[in-house]
Amino acid sequence: MTAQEVDLTVDLCGIRLTTPVLAASGCFGFGREMAGWVDLAALGGIVTKSVSLEPRRGRPTPRTAETPSGMLNAIGLQNPGVEAFCAGDLRFLAEAGATVVASLVGRSPGEFARLAARLDGEPGVALVELNLSCPNVEHRGEVFAADPAAAAEVVRVVKAATGTPVLAKLTADVTDLVAVARAVVDAGADGLTLINTLLGMAVDVRRRRPRLAAVTGGLSGPAIRPVAVRCVWQVAQALPGVPIVGTGGVVSGADAAEFLLVGATAVAVGTANFINPQAVVEVADGLERYLADAGAASPAELPALFKAER
Amino acid sequence: MTPVRELCEVLDRRRTGAYQALTLVAPRIAEAARPGQFLHLLAGEDRSLPLRRPFSIHRVERPAEGGGSGGSGTVEVVFDVVGAGTLALSRLRPHDLVDVLGPLGRAFAPPGLPAGCVLVGGGYGTAPLSFLAAELLARRCRVDLVIGAATAARLLDPDQAGRLGHSLTVTTDDGSAGRRGLVTDPLPDLLARTGAGRVYACGPMPMLAAVSRVAAAAGVPCQVAVEEQMACGTGICFSCVLPVGGGAGPGPSGTRMVRSCLEGPVFDGTAIAWAELGYPELEPAR
Repeated sequence: MTAQEVDLTVDLCGIRLTTPVLAASGCFGFGREMAGWVDLAALGGIVTKSVSLEPRRGRPTPRTAETPSGMLNAIGLQNPGVEAFCAGDLRFLAEAGATVVASLVGRSPGEFARLAARLDGEPGVALVELNLSCPNVEHRGEVFAADPAAAAEVVRVVKAATGTPVLAKLTADVTDLVAVARAVVDAGADGLTLINTLLGMAVDVRRRRPRLAAVTGGLSGPAIRPVAVRCVWQVAQALPGVPIVGTGGVVSGADAAEFLLVGATAVAVGTANFINPQAVVEVADGLERYLADAGAASPAELPALFKAER
Repeated sequence: MTPVRELCEVLDRRRTGAYQALTLVAPRIAEAARPGQFLHLLAGEDRSLPLRRPFSIHRVERPAEGGGSGGSGTVEVVFDVVGAGTLALSRLRPHDLVDVLGPLGRAFAPPGLPAGCVLVGGGYGTAPLSFLAAELLARRCRVDLVIGAATAARLLDPDQAGRLGHSLTVTTDDGSAGRRGLVTDPLPDLLARTGAGRVYACGPMPMLAAVSRVAAAAGVPCQVAVEEQMACGTGICFSCVLPVGGGAGPGPSGTRMVRSCLEGPVFDGTAIAWAELGYPELEPAR
């Protein structure tokens, strides 16, 4: 099979994506920044940086620290608020023809619902992703995905507020991820995004201080890919048929294939965008070559090619 | 212009005092680069330290101006070996390849008409001043330089700096070269003596705060190039932010956190909310 014969199109929660490779939330700004580097309309989709009801200023600096095969960040959800987002970046993305997944973050289920209602019917928004799992928040209680009931409550009120398909983004920093995933799916989530950054910490031993101003932050990059692949595998086994966007350390087409083989419908490229502004495009191109070599006509054929027994 | 990603061949890598200078063949970047902008470098195959390293542009040679390498423009950066990433860059050899994004960020704005310009650099923060001095001289500006460092060894090529403009003042914290003291010590006198219309500065944040303060007190417009810790360099990670005043931002007294890779690295010295960074507020000339 040649790359020309491969069809990268996938269906994610009823939305047709031209490729299964998206830009991950928090790793592609609000999309507009990247218009000079890639054709935004040609990407599988752009998951925006999370937006909240009111503007957020974010954390003090330093906000990032490089770590082995990855990085820590504690940006603190800096964003201009949903109204400025709708009037500025979202309008730009819609006019550019991008497939937008709007990432939402709130401090309560009601805030998530108001955000979802505000974006319902906004041109260009194909899906919403609920950031239930950002580790860079003031209180652990804001990490809704740490608790099945809290996560499910957010999904339930959001689903009542919007007709747009809803992805729930979960964290691997829990004892029983499958229980959280099952709870949000039962509450109406159309799909899952797995995983958010892992809570981490690094110390400057010379100065004997934390390397991040916020002390702790989220670990991303290839360092977390095995954890992310394990999470997708476990949840896909437990909840067959639930669409999953796999994310965590995808840098190449082969990395994307890893997630698709174990049951993801799509992948999102995160930290790699910080190093290579054309990473999303290059991952999709690499995946296309991988599929051709594997004799698979589409990404959806990959799970059947996976042999769980070694 | 829109920055580009260019795979650049190493033309030369050499020591310059305590620092390293790296010259890259970069025709498209050299053509577009302006003083104050920066390059974001990725070298080698080892991705265990995955991020790029940002450096301000020290010098540019363009073939149209009789420079460059075999008809191709070149760019030069200066860096200090401070960790594994810069150590790897210091081991580059001619013909090695470096993946470069650039030119990134906003450049220094030259005066509209020829004017006296005082350029202030601290440590290897002096690097972009070479490129800037060349542009200002081409615009028939008077250029006076003040460079400083902790010790004589940490000055960036003072011999070359002496040839960049009309005068050079050197300061070191320990007096091992030039005047003992800080770059700001000779500044008020130099501004008064030359009737300078512009101050341009690059170096560590405490120095930029102090230079902005002296310039504001003298009523001279001042632009500073900051060196914030950065991941992407393209505006998507929101690491390199600093508070900028004015407007209706969500911060104390209406400041906004802006990305220095996009809205900087060059800022008007009066725009930065110094007090939020722990420095005294500027006191404008009366």
